[in-house]
Amino acid sequence: MLWHLQIKPAPGQADHVGERLAVEAAELGLGGPWSIQASRGFLVEGEISQAELERAAREVLIDPVVEVASIRPVGSRADGVVHVLPRPGVTDPEAESARALLTDLGYAVANVRTIRTYRIEGPAKTLSRLIQRVLANDAVEQAVLGELPFDRLGQGQVYHFHRVEVPIRGLGDDALVQISKSGQLSLSLAEMRAIEAHFLELGREPTDCELETLAQTWSEHCSHKTLKGRIAFQGRTIDNLLNETIFRATRELACDWLVSVFSDNAGVIRFDDEHDVCFKVETHNHPSAIDPYGGSNTGLGGVIRDALGTGLGAKPICNTDVFCVAAPDLDPDRVPPGVLHPKRVLKGVVAGVRDYGNRMGIPTVNGALAVDPGYLANPLVFCGTVGVLPRGKAAKHVEAGDRIIALGGRTGRDGIHGATFSSAELTAQSESLSGGAVQIGNAITEKMVLDVILQARDQGLFHAITDCGAGGFSSAVGEMGAALGAEVELSRAPLKYPGLSYTEIWISEAQERMVLAVPPDKWPALEALCRSEGVEATDLGEFVDSGRLILRYRGERVAELSMEFLHDGRPTVVRAATWTPAPDRPLEAPDRREFTGDLIRLLQHGDVCSKEWIVRQYDHEVQARTVIKPMVGAGDDGPGDAAVVLPVRGSTRGLAVACGINPRWGRLDPYAMAACVVDEAVRNCTAVGADPERIAILDNFCWGNTERPETLGALVRAAQACHDVSLAYRTPFISGKDSLNNEFVHDGRSLAIPPTLLISAIGIVPDVRSCVTMDLKEAGNRLYLLGMTRHELGGSLWSEVHGRPGGRVPRVDLAQAPRLFGAVHQAIGRGLIRSCHDLSEGGLAVALAEMALAGGLGARVTLADVPHDPDEMDDFVRLFAESPTRFLLEARPEAGAELEAHLGGFPLGRLGEVTAGNGERGQPSPRLIIQGIDGRVVVDAAVDELKAAWQGPLRWP
Amino acid sequence: MTRPHAIVLRAPGTNCDEETAAAWERAGAVAETWHVGRLIEAPQELDRFQILTIPGGFSYGDDLGAGRILAVRLGTALGEALRRFHDRGGLILGICNGFQVLVRSGLLPGGAAPGPATLARNESGRFEARWIRLAPRPGRSPFVVSEDSIELPVAHGEGRFITADVTDLDRLQAAGQVVLAYSDDEGRPTQAYPANPNGSAGAVAGVCDPTGRIFGLMPHPERFIDPWHHPRWTRRGTGLAPGGDGLRIFAGAVQFLAG
Repeated sequence: MLWHLQIKPAPGQADHVGERLAVEAAELGLGGPWSIQASRGFLVEGEISQAELERAAREVLIDPVVEVASIRPVGSRADGVVHVLPRPGVTDPEAESARALLTDLGYAVANVRTIRTYRIEGPAKTLSRLIQRVLANDAVEQAVLGELPFDRLGQGQVYHFHRVEVPIRGLGDDALVQISKSGQLSLSLAEMRAIEAHFLELGREPTDCELETLAQTWSEHCSHKTLKGRIAFQGRTIDNLLNETIFRATRELACDWLVSVFSDNAGVIRFDDEHDVCFKVETHNHPSAIDPYGGSNTGLGGVIRDALGTGLGAKPICNTDVFCVAAPDLDPDRVPPGVLHPKRVLKGVVAGVRDYGNRMGIPTVNGALAVDPGYLANPLVFCGTVGVLPRGKAAKHVEAGDRIIALGGRTGRDGIHGATFSSAELTAQSESLSGGAVQIGNAITEKMVLDVILQARDQGLFHAITDCGAGGFSSAVGEMGAALGAEVELSRAPLKYPGLSYTEIWISEAQERMVLAVPPDKWPALEALCRSEGVEATDLGEFVDSGRLILRYRGERVAELSMEFLHDGRPTVVRAATWTPAPDRPLEAPDRREFTGDLIRLLQHGDVCSKEWIVRQYDHEVQARTVIKPMVGAGDDGPGDAAVVLPVRGSTRGLAVACGINPRWGRLDPYAMAACVVDEAVRNCTAVGADPERIAILDNFCWGNTERPETLGALVRAAQACHDVSLAYRTPFISGKDSLNNEFVHDGRSLAIPPTLLISAIGIVPDVRSCVTMDLKEAGNRLYLLGMTRHELGGSLWSEVHGRPGGRVPRVDLAQAPRLFGAVHQAIGRGLIRSCHDLSEGGLAVALAEMALAGGLGARVTLADVPHDPDEMDDFVRLFAESPTRFLLEARPEAGAELEAHLGGFPLGRLGEVTAGNGERGQPSPRLIIQGIDGRVVVDAAVDELKAAWQGPLRWP
Repeated sequence: MTRPHAIVLRAPGTNCDEETAAAWERAGAVAETWHVGRLIEAPQELDRFQILTIPGGFSYGDDLGAGRILAVRLGTALGEALRRFHDRGGLILGICNGFQVLVRSGLLPGGAAPGPATLARNESGRFEARWIRLAPRPGRSPFVVSEDSIELPVAHGEGRFITADVTDLDRLQAAGQVVLAYSDDEGRPTQAYPANPNGSAGAVAGVCDPTGRIFGLMPHPERFIDPWHHPRWTRRGTGLAPGGDGLRIFAGAVQFLAG
């Protein structure tokens, strides 16, 4: 018997879901008015009577105080409703919990699936679009109009083993390319040729599994063949771009506080005498473009496993997230087919991070939002995790004879071809083609894995660990066994449901799985520990000293590859890169002399406006480590420069977490962009009190198709800047990741993202009790501007918002910047500074406004004393230029003299003072008043008014 | 004085156990963290403890409703042991998800309110993390001993306290079982958002049973132990208070047991 238990809000209780969906429908331009009544529910299959199910529902499935339920057999009339349920095989954790609990309570229940049911009134002609765009995600869910067309819950069918060979020997180029395409292998012709040659040598054809293994391992996503490949650039050949730029800077710096860099799942630095910390940021762009919620959800889940799989396992202590999207208020008609509206993308990715991070109990403490039209078809989603581990646990070493243990979630069909998919371009068809590439997350499974791993680490139960990310087992086992060899029996892998082929098992990217190398004598202890925590652990095989990867299914050999060919057999990619600097064009300054309106428009841009709507949905204080919150100030609602956490309970030594990103500069001058975003990340850490001598950074390059020489040239320029600035600032890179081919093909036209480099930073705060925040503190305090302002408005927020291109892109002063950061750090340490805020998008004007609205105080300042280079410079440039390495400092009058003396060697201007709320011009609200060079007022606004403008854009229900 | 022993119970998805145990230690108790499965295997072990805490998190993923599955497991496998524990004077504290567990299992509110209560979805319809002010009502529960207002963070999506029978709420108020209420800056209980972050009827933030020894609250006292946990500590300049408001809740229980 198959029952449908439908659960609705009780009379008088709000239908939040229905209301939210009606709003979203309107937002997406689906006409209206819509009235949507939403109900959740379960499909329950088994020998259970209606009366029993009613009792069970009252006991454990509904909340009788606020919900009412109805039960009917599936198939009975149900018109005018839409049902949405997970596709067969898709992870459905709540249904599994219900089945388990009902069985425990003695009810005869075989299968359960969750289902959502909607009663809808609205324009019939757009109903199908409503279903497709708002109610259901076709990649993982099925929508049914009217009654359900089945009377049992499908569970997939049994798999009948047969070994599949793919004949490739002697095939022509076209046929080889065709095999790569039809198999979604994303292998180039040269790579297919190399594989053909290898198997000609072996005198046999490859199996499907061998081809897949090579495709996964050689994918851009797993091997970074472009950045590590050979590049012809400006008359010379770069053998390995990363090695010659970013790695090289770290090597040359040779900082003694680096523990493990570019070798593990995350970079590791020393924190104190007993602890190290690790940091990694990953992208999950392509999956998020198709399924924003699932994409960011598993993006965060994946990077958390990177920390967990670093060294012998690190405890995740905080997360970061950065989103790049098109304007959320974009006209829906301008969204191409196959592309989700930016507002839906943003709401989806925020919800995905929220649900994974909150459930894991890891605070999400830092992030950014970059809004640019270039991200319409290719939104970018970056997720990061910081972990802490005891010193001496950062190294891992697989030994021959170690068991290969799979631990955590079960393997299913979800995430097939994620690695090769993320290395390809998106098209309007991607959704249907690659639905399988969308993984489904279950944070609680991962939390249970985390609980086990940390105990197992402390009990010394394993030699090595890594996570199953892109490529699933194939990448995890392939990497761990690279120096040795491995033998795997695939039929042992626990499956979510039957029907998976040996190849699907091998490459599935099902989530929440880790692979451990466990000495045989420790396996029983690990097995017992897992049992006590309810975590599944399975012995898949053995690491062997054979140099070969051998896969079997029920004893039959389905793959045998030499590790050497797998990891070194890929033909080196040779790419051409060119770079022609954009011609200088002056920016046409406005003929206004009053800029209050300009300032308000900048405060409303997505990059600057308040992110409180996002931050409040994240539990940013769980674990009780967060001592500088993401939002700061008198009302807990100002934009902090960086968050500070306490990695070690009981110690006041802290870790600042910050980032830098700016796509607008990337379009104009990738070198300057990279230099400036490194500066921004370091600046943000320094502003709250981190020691600039102890800041480590990560790179995340998101680029378009690098087979175009100019696109690759932009990447080369950015990487060169990373090298130069890292070296000059003595700020080492410790890890990184790249995501290329972020393009969307539509009507033959290719839409590429702007070259985007995210720099994420962690910086050590010697004692958090000396931290400062950016909110103005006290009327009467002095305001100083530290750092040189130059005629740099190219790619500025002002030029973006006002549609006036041109102007010079900001440059960093490699000689002065590191000294200036050091001086700021000393001033903070000596308690000379009450508030400190870095200048970034929108320049001085926006920074002043942010400090005022965060502190609930005003300021009266003059532009006459802004330190600037010899160029003649008017009020407009002083207000909005985005020159790097600048800070606004607030100091008590009695500290002023000492601060001025301390910063004597640097460009320093005393701009004015902090003013109190009431009284001024009889205004109830404090005011921000900026006088121009000639004393005339160029900005004058009530701080309340500025705050309202700044909070408006993302104040969503 | 002998230090009371506190057991911090964790289930799959519990994620505030570490800082909650640390808070008990700071307050002078000896804290042990146990997996619920281990306690179900050896319920008699509960006799070694004077305090039982169910910390925050998403026990069993909050599937089937926040705290539901853990509540059912406690009721079926540990009901008898918990009654014994409470009868001999043990203290039970449920924080956030732990509060949801105590309410779903019927351990709260009890007494004056015969009918069921629940912690429903926030009025905002959203998970929200923010700091709020609480008006304590001392007298009934050893966890709440002073009238000084308390600042703590909340972080939940389902914290709106409702009783099935609306008159139950008045009975609870009359019986002094509503020991913490969301309040405005003047310390008056409020329905205004966001001071009342979830729309709880009667601004209920924390309730106790008639004995006062079972106490549940949505805010997180374990997250305000040190002064620099406070969101505005950098505005206070020098001279930070020695401890956070949250510590008072744990210390109150420890002092009560010390007699």
